[in-house]
Amino acid sequence: MSGKPRLVYINGRGRMEPIRWLLAAAGVEFEEKFVETKEQLEKLVKDGDLLFHQLPMVEIDGMKMVQTRAILSYIAGKYNLYGKDLKERALIDMYVEGITDLMQMVMMLPFSPAEAKAKNLASIEEKATKRYFPVFEKVLKQHGQDFLVGNRFSWADVQLLEVILAVEEKIPAVLSGFPQLQAFKTKMSNVPTIKKFLQPGSARKPPPDDNYVATVMSIFNLN
Amino acid sequence: MAGKPKLYYFDGRGKMESIRWLLAAAGVEFEEKFLETREQYEKLLQSGSLLFQQVPLVEIDGMKMVQTRAILNYIAGKYNLYGKDLKERAWIDMYVEGTTDLMGMIMQLPLQSAEMREKNLALIIERAKTRYFPVYEKALKDHGHDYLVGNKFSWADIQLLEAILMVEECKPDILSAFPQLQAFKGRISNIPTIKKFLQPGSQRKPPADDKYIANRGKCCLTSVRFHFPQLLLKYL
Repeated sequence: MSGKPRLVYINGRGRMEPIRWLLAAAGVEFEEKFVETKEQLEKLVKDGDLLFHQLPMVEIDGMKMVQTRAILSYIAGKYNLYGKDLKERALIDMYVEGITDLMQMVMMLPFSPAEAKAKNLASIEEKATKRYFPVFEKVLKQHGQDFLVGNRFSWADVQLLEVILAVEEKIPAVLSGFPQLQAFKTKMSNVPTIKKFLQPGSARKPPPDDNYVATVMSIFNLN
Repeated sequence: MAGKPKLYYFDGRGKMESIRWLLAAAGVEFEEKFLETREQYEKLLQSGSLLFQQVPLVEIDGMKMVQTRAILNYIAGKYNLYGKDLKERAWIDMYVEGTTDLMGMIMQLPLQSAEMREKNLALIIERAKTRYFPVYEKALKDHGHDYLVGNKFSWADIQLLEAILMVEECKPDILSAFPQLQAFKGRISNIPTIKKFLQPGSQRKPPADDKYIANRGKCCLTSVRFHFPQLLLKYL
């Protein structure tokens, strides 16, 4: 037993990607077990490994953790990426929750019915540029610091970079009205652990393709 | 000015109800401002109080907090309902996420067509019986304590009681196969702050009715609908 966290999920981004990002940003090496078939998932459920019969699951510090947010909170807390007190944690939580809402839209885009795809993409662009990015642009402008909360690198910074890159994959010019976010993106991308994660060959997963969508539909019986 | 927390939402359960439960269980008095007209909602939007243009909003300790989960985390932390260390917090988070998923399914029901509602109600009952309640039943049975985590009253207990009562509103005998949960329900309902909250005249809100749905629709024009198969989003 290596002692490294072990991530159990499909070989793709989905709900596990923010966890990969956070562990990588914290400089924590991890292993991955990819679920490729419905039968494998059923076995995990039958063996009692999945508390609520769902993925993601992360084996960490003797626990079989489930529920994305619970896992992320634990990692953030353990690796000092969760602020110095309750109020900083509150800010980080608010920012992360907002980012997660946007990220969720991006995550679900490939699963949209064909006739709704263009509309959903337009929604993402609108929400990103009118609701979410302006908030973080303003925060960074107002305090003039490198990081979102408490002048210190935190979970919120990692998650913001992740969503910026994810949205840019769909809408390349999305940051054009956001100079602070452009600078933020550059700075965060150059944090050594993140720079490493952004290089080819890292545990970062590529954008979802048709194969990934088909795998998810088949494993979770959604056909 | 320290003052009481002030909750901004519709006059109904929705996403604010778990916050009301947690504050009440912690013995914290709070005020409420109900959004009853489109104008009130627009005014709140224009005031810049809503970080992501959404409610719930809770004014607490000088902050205008939004995002239900952030608000709940803060209250739980502040009032010592979040475990004694990271690992207890992890368990509380896992348990809370489970009950949140279950309650989230129930919350959607009034917004759906009659046909979807019937289908989803059946799914909720099934999920409660085979996915969620067995977890808490087992946790209580395995350690034999009164509370879910760390032998101490926590946010996880409050949320579980809230979920149990909500599912019972859908199916009154849902706990028939869960003796631990029946005992748990009895115990937690008798905690003085919770007992008070469960009495008529408290700030606990009734289940959603047509008037609440109509009011929500009137106040909160969602300008951009995200078209997505409900089922995939909720039930993965």
